[in-house]
Amino acid sequence: MIAPFAGYGLGLRKPHYAEFLDHRIAVDFVEVISENFMVDGGRPRALLREMRSLYPVALHGVSMSIGSADGLDRAYLARLRALVDEIEPLFVSDHLSWTRIEGFSSHDLLPLPYTSEALDLVCVNIDRAQDVLGRAMLIENPSTYIDFAPAEMSEWQFLDAMCARTGCGLLLDVNNVFVSATNHGFDAIAYLEGVPHDRVRQVHLAGHSQGKELLIDTHDQPVPASVWGLYARVMPLLGPVATMIERDDDIPPLADLLAEVSVARRIGGRTMRRAA
Amino acid sequence: MTLIELQRDMQAWLARDDAAAARRIGTDAAPGLRVYQNNYRAQLVACLEDSFARTRDWIGEEAFHQAVVAHVERVPPSSWTLDAYPRDFPATLALLYPDDPEVAELGWIECALGEAFVGPDAPALAADGLGEIDWDRAVLHFTPTLDLGPLSTNVAAIWTALAAGEMPPAVELLPEPGAILVWRQDQVSRFRAIDQIEQQALLAARAGLSFANLCEAIVAAHGQEDGIARAGQLLGQWLADGVITDVEERPLSR
Repeated sequence: MIAPFAGYGLGLRKPHYAEFLDHRIAVDFVEVISENFMVDGGRPRALLREMRSLYPVALHGVSMSIGSADGLDRAYLARLRALVDEIEPLFVSDHLSWTRIEGFSSHDLLPLPYTSEALDLVCVNIDRAQDVLGRAMLIENPSTYIDFAPAEMSEWQFLDAMCARTGCGLLLDVNNVFVSATNHGFDAIAYLEGVPHDRVRQVHLAGHSQGKELLIDTHDQPVPASVWGLYARVMPLLGPVATMIERDDDIPPLADLLAEVSVARRIGGRTMRRAA
Repeated sequence: MTLIELQRDMQAWLARDDAAAARRIGTDAAPGLRVYQNNYRAQLVACLEDSFARTRDWIGEEAFHQAVVAHVERVPPSSWTLDAYPRDFPATLALLYPDDPEVAELGWIECALGEAFVGPDAPALAADGLGEIDWDRAVLHFTPTLDLGPLSTNVAAIWTALAAGEMPPAVELLPEPGAILVWRQDQVSRFRAIDQIEQQALLAARAGLSFANLCEAIVAAHGQEDGIARAGQLLGQWLADGVITDVEERPLSR
């Protein structure tokens, strides 16, 4: 069963571990990178157990490689299942991308062409992952730097068909929409209007940086006004949806990130009042 | 182009800088391909820099960077976890520094400490519960994080000095090779240099040799008095280190 609305959270990163353990931080949930805790034992796994006793936890993966043409890694799925069983997370998510092919692992979220061949393959892989995990996953829209043309469908049409065929939910990363829209010249509003709103279970908010030629999804900046604007625009379409701030580099003091969580809470709260 | 052909071309571009593969993906894709290749390399470089801080201190920033570049070209990552990528780096260091064995040994220690840090949990046996053990039937069980690496130099002293931010000693070859023992005690990865007697004893005990037979072997090699003293000293040390997780009393077979 897909988890319900879970409030406003934060991506949990190492510099803030102690604060989260020593004080009750005002977030509704934390999200961790699954792979960092898919280990046999030791401090990381113990820390996650401790964290789970204090906060609801979402598991966000980067290495499932849901778009691999040669299928999923069985050992990976087994480890993730063991972590899911132990942590009982709010959500289990990964990206619409691929990282691995024929024994090579890029450790980067690589783009897929939006073709019927890729859609069939992604759906088979999601079905398999959901079977092993025993639950529905959330799949996140990627930020991309290559636009494979000619595409047979738009990214949001691909996501819509993927959700309909597999029953998975969506993790809508608003920053990724902005980055890809800027890089590929599509309309971010049309994207947000086009995704299947009833499938969105979680929203990510993050920042980006201007690269030499393209906008890069760096997660090393505060959420910019452009992304807040899109978030405010899409929330009335989504209704109450769990939202979190994602910061991976140049990590500031926790108070700065909690201030961003408060902004999300304010914008999301307006949506909830309207819905009520 | 099918999906698998596209993914093979992306791999060839990322791992081997294959220009023909990049052209097949499309000339319009060139800026994006550069971003992905930069991300790919940056991830691997950061992983090795994080994992081998002492090795970098020892050989210097520039030499370390060259070793990392050589390794990224030589060994594409294959596991889903970046935690696995450091495993082959000591072998690259051994290739690059054939006359400086302490470099690869330093790399091995760092890599093994990292692996032990996330290895399986196995509580150490408390020494105060051993009074009732029938040592004639005892077989020792060791923590799964225990690992043994090659040792031909004073690398343990070099690592310790580097970790403390002190001037490391000059390299010295040991009179005879030993081993580096790595394990995790509670949640802290540890290591120490051991001699051949302890190395052989650990290997035999881990393979299931009873403690009584282990004592006999040590006595046979070192004489009654020294052998018994050494066996007792090893047991005490292993208990203090927390590498023993269980003592099983097996039926006598002789």
